[in-house]
Amino acid sequence: MTAVVATNETILVVGGGISGMTAALEAAETGKRVVLVEKRPYLGGRVTQLYKYFPKLCFPTCGLEINQRRAKMNPNLTILTLAEVMGLTGREGDYTATVKLSPRYVNERCTACGDCGTAVEAEFDDDYNYGLGKRKGAYLPYRMAHPARYVLDPAIIGTPDADKAKAACQYDAIDLEMREETVEFRCGAVIWATGWRPYDAAKIQPYGYDRIANVITSVEFERLADPNGPTGGKLIRPSDGKEAKKVAFIQCAGSRDRNHLLHCSRICCMASLKQATYVADAFADDAEINIYYIDLRAIDRFEDFYNKVRANQRIKFIKSKPASIVADKDGNPVVHGVDTEGYNRFAEPHDLVVLAIGMEPSVDKDDFPVSIVINREGFIEAAPENGGVFAAGCASDALDVNRAAQHATGAALRAIQVVNRVARAEV
Amino acid sequence: MAVEKKLAGYLCTGCGIGERLDTSQLMNIATREGKFPSVKQHAMLCSPAGVKLIQDDIDAGAATHLMIAGCSRRSKVEAFSFRNVAMSRANLREGVIWARPDTPENTETTQEMADDYIRMACAEVKFMTVPTPSGEQELNKNILVVGGGVTGMTAALETAAAGYPVHLVCDEDVLGGVWKDLYKRVPFRAAASDVPNGRDVDLPGPEDPGIADMIERVLANERITVHLNARLSKTSGAPGRFSADIDVQSGPTVTENFGAIVQASDFKPYDANKLPEFAYGKTPNVLTNFELERLAKAANGGPLKRPSDGKVVESVAFIQCAGQRSDKEGHLPYCSGFCYTESIKQAMYFREQNPDCDTTILFDDLRTPGAAGEDFYRCGQQAMVTFTKGKASAVVQNGKGLKVQFKDLILNEATEMDCDLVVLATGQVPNNGPDPYAQLAVDEAESEEEKEAARQKLAVAPPSILNLDYRQGTDLPQLKHGFLDSHFICFPYETRRTGIYAAGPVRRPMDMKQAMEDAVGAAMKAIQAAESAAQGTAVHPRVGDLSYPSFRKEGCTQCKRCTVECPFGAINEDEQRYPVFNESRCRRCGTCMGACPVRVISFENYSIDTVNQQIKAVDIPDEFSEKPRILVLACENDAYPALDMAAQAGIETTPFARVVPVRCLGSVSLSWITDSLNSGFDGIRCRPWKREARGR
Ligand SMILES: Cc1cc2nc3c(=O)[nH]c(=O)nc-3n(C[C@H](O)[C@H](O)[C@H](O)COP(=O)(O)OP(=O)(O)OC[C@H]3O[C@@H](n4cnc5c(N)ncnc54)[C@H](O)[C@@H]3O)c2cc1C
Ligand code: SF4
Ligand code: SF4
Ligand code: SF4
Ligand code: SF4
Repeated sequence: MTAVVATNETILVVGGGISGMTAALEAAETGKRVVLVEKRPYLGGRVTQLYKYFPKLCFPTCGLEINQRRAKMNPNLTILTLAEVMGLTGREGDYTATVKLSPRYVNERCTACGDCGTAVEAEFDDDYNYGLGKRKGAYLPYRMAHPARYVLDPAIIGTPDADKAKAACQYDAIDLEMREETVEFRCGAVIWATGWRPYDAAKIQPYGYDRIANVITSVEFERLADPNGPTGGKLIRPSDGKEAKKVAFIQCAGSRDRNHLLHCSRICCMASLKQATYVADAFADDAEINIYYIDLRAIDRFEDFYNKVRANQRIKFIKSKPASIVADKDGNPVVHGVDTEGYNRFAEPHDLVVLAIGMEPSVDKDDFPVSIVINREGFIEAAPENGGVFAAGCASDALDVNRAAQHATGAALRAIQVVNRVARAEV
Repeated sequence: MAVEKKLAGYLCTGCGIGERLDTSQLMNIATREGKFPSVKQHAMLCSPAGVKLIQDDIDAGAATHLMIAGCSRRSKVEAFSFRNVAMSRANLREGVIWARPDTPENTETTQEMADDYIRMACAEVKFMTVPTPSGEQELNKNILVVGGGVTGMTAALETAAAGYPVHLVCDEDVLGGVWKDLYKRVPFRAAASDVPNGRDVDLPGPEDPGIADMIERVLANERITVHLNARLSKTSGAPGRFSADIDVQSGPTVTENFGAIVQASDFKPYDANKLPEFAYGKTPNVLTNFELERLAKAANGGPLKRPSDGKVVESVAFIQCAGQRSDKEGHLPYCSGFCYTESIKQAMYFREQNPDCDTTILFDDLRTPGAAGEDFYRCGQQAMVTFTKGKASAVVQNGKGLKVQFKDLILNEATEMDCDLVVLATGQVPNNGPDPYAQLAVDEAESEEEKEAARQKLAVAPPSILNLDYRQGTDLPQLKHGFLDSHFICFPYETRRTGIYAAGPVRRPMDMKQAMEDAVGAAMKAIQAAESAAQGTAVHPRVGDLSYPSFRKEGCTQCKRCTVECPFGAINEDEQRYPVFNESRCRRCGTCMGACPVRVISFENYSIDTVNQQIKAVDIPDEFSEKPRILVLACENDAYPALDMAAQAGIETTPFARVVPVRCLGSVSLSWITDSLNSGFDGIRCRPWKREARGR
């Protein structure tokens, strides 16, 4: 049984992406007790799946390493992975959280030696790579995963693979008897940092994501560009493995659209500028990049990055919301639309089309455990009615990493205000 | 208290180490060469039994200096976190067996790697001492907030709400700052959840700015002391013990002590006199967005009139990006971000007053990000504000009115429009102090010309805001375009002056909502810095590190390299130009140590010696063996983890490299390089990691 030591001076952080980690660490480093609950088997959230960060084009691993080291060293922080908040009752300064822990089938003794992974055979779609590759049924979700502990896919439990994994482990780290558990503990304040998920591209029917192999999403493209990704960093297209030298980026795919997401996802213009550099770096003069946009939203200092990208002759900007994408006989996706600057019709074939997909909040709008203010886009608004529940990062709006971390730092203070009030009342 | 060093080695044979390496040889090396009196072996050192083995020795007083050979120092950190001991870790797993193929022809070189890592770890820990806090720090819960605008007031209120006393220093005679003339603010929220997707009813519109209420709350708060008409004439000390002289106009100077500081000096509106092409200054009918707020506030819901003759405005044009996003001399290269929603709001002032008023926003890219931003754009569309994609080139007088010449970017042709009033969407200029390195540039200039150029730059610099009594200048370092933003994407508040945090538009262009959110985060960091100083531990990124740079004054030649090179301005100079370290300002990066030519700076757990001894410990084969030795100094934040992960993925590395993690490449001492060449290394690499090199 997992036991969680917590009081009404403890801060609960839900979601362990960059926002949740930031909020949890800032509070813990101020001396507060924090319990961090993460649904995935590891921390870091969506940024772990990015290759580089705009605007510096540095690697997310650097900041993650620092944050993970902070987490490893901090005695005030309890991390629960494969965990989800099922219920929350009470009020500001006195909540009780019910958390469901799914079995990992691997305990703390795991050394991440990898023997179990070698021993098992069945393969599964790799969700870390958005299904673009396969992984084994005993796996480390990605190289830098924290906690650095293997996971058994529930699908192999009860199959011979489970026994093979267990037999391979010399450290008694595999426990096939693990069951789902529920733990209950108290907390004074809650930081909700459940982040976002990519909008379901198949819903944007005219773009044919579900029909055309060479139409992919921006999150998938990040995985293709990463040397640790399914193609080893080669920009090749799914249908035939041909190098994707002529690439279209379709902005606002599913965002700013009454039929899809109403909001502007803020980061996708920047993300496409960044991804355009991936193509330009890979193919230099052979690269041909078209960015189809409505408004290019490169706010504040990001403007510098936009200018830098714009200076590259291989990258063109077309003001247009394309009407449709169809595949030609060679599998090349052809983008159809009207360039609104001058009203010219176009039908442009590409090797690959990347949909700059919107960020949908992963806040459960209809079934949030306590009563709080959620807007029609599904983000949590800052409101006095929310009591001791504070949103952090993309649970509050579509944000880039810098703004998410900034927002999460503020959320940590809001939570500290509550637990400090509790502490003062109790002395 | 000089406790006797008890060296104890622990060798893990798990994770394949026992199978791949000759462990008895490793044990021998630790005892014979490393001179470790006790070396124990365990099949799984990180298991509770293994950890207990070590802890028992510590408890029995048999181990104060531990050499743990097994996995990387990044692995099993939680298991091997022993208190009050010094510890080194020999990376035999990621660093050796995982990085080398398991084939007979490689056995010899692989074993040699492992042997060396044992020698290195033994040597390293002998030269470490157990970190203890200096006891120099104290807890001071007072927080100083500089700036009485919305950002500063929010920082003060939020700090106070967490139970910490605040002094708020405002250089004007009233609180409110640049935004106090705001008539209304852009709504903070997006549409409520019950607003239907298909129809936009009840979208949030312009709302009361709430500034008067905020001022009242600040003045009524018993934890907040407000100093009006006040400036800082001197700030000295360090987190936990800052001392600030607060000069109050026509009053005595007060000196207060603080734990940490928030700088919320906001922005200055852009000077539109630099925009003659838009007839600014030539006619009162061309206003900036900031001036329009005053006009609207004065009208207070009544009709908005043309300043030149009082005619009710029937047509108004908003020129977006006026003097912004442009590389012309005197223009702002960046986008201030807030101006689109601002112009929409202002257009709505006119529409509300006079539904027949033509309001046209001339834009290039409409930038209304997020949920609230996009909903407010819809709100403007509903109010029938006209959005025209066009680039204005000039504004000229046209009888009593104005004519705006612009290129219509949709029709791709030059055109013009008549209007009564033009509003220029001008940007934010950070209200900062002088660039501290501009001052240093004067002091450190090598030639007279350089000195003069630096002096001129300084002459036009704004007056200091913090007046820091620091060796490295009076104010926070600037990043780009004069903003005090952090250098990091992941760590937005980490300035290069520990315990002083910038908030609001002085950090990055921001609208009011963002500035208020930003103030909360900066307040968080300030409180944390004050609390950490009291614990005597480092703040970000080496949180909890108790060690700090110690310095042997006898050897110091007063060369000032350390005081100049410390990226965090942590070191002052005394009258004799000896460095004075300020522990709670220090981030333990080690740059000073690397910079010191006479090697008198060191940390308990990281020093010239701990690295030099590792270098010397490596066994150098004779020249003819064809086994070169390459020293790799790897940054602990990127290169070292990248090497670990490459090994984990089965990517081979050369058996000839010996990797030493360093805190930051800035901490690399020249002596390590010379010593390694002297002791027979054939090459040296300092690596920040290139990810490309890692792909297969
Ligand atoms: C294509 C693309 C490229 C991008 N590139 C960049 C870039 O270059 N630079 C940049 O600054 N930003 C970039 N971004 C934005 C960046 O991804 C986000 O800013 C960042 O992920 C926000 O972090 P978060 O912690 O708020 O959310 P997330 O990363 O989504 O983290 C949320 C975490 O909460 C967990 N969770 C969710 N629900 C629950 C639950 N019920 N219980 C427990 N846990 C839960 C999730 O598993 C996840 O770990 C990009 C975005 C996209 C789409
Ligand atoms: S579960 Fe066992 S076999 Fe698998 S990685 Fe962990 S320690 Fe190795
Ligand atoms: S950031 Fe750009 S691509 Fe993304 S929704 Fe906003 S305008 Fe569209
Ligand atoms: S994880 Fe480290 S300590 Fe544990 S068995 Fe493996 S090498 Fe040894
Ligand atoms: S270690 Fe040295 S250089 Fe680094 S912050 Fe501390 S005093 Fe400055």
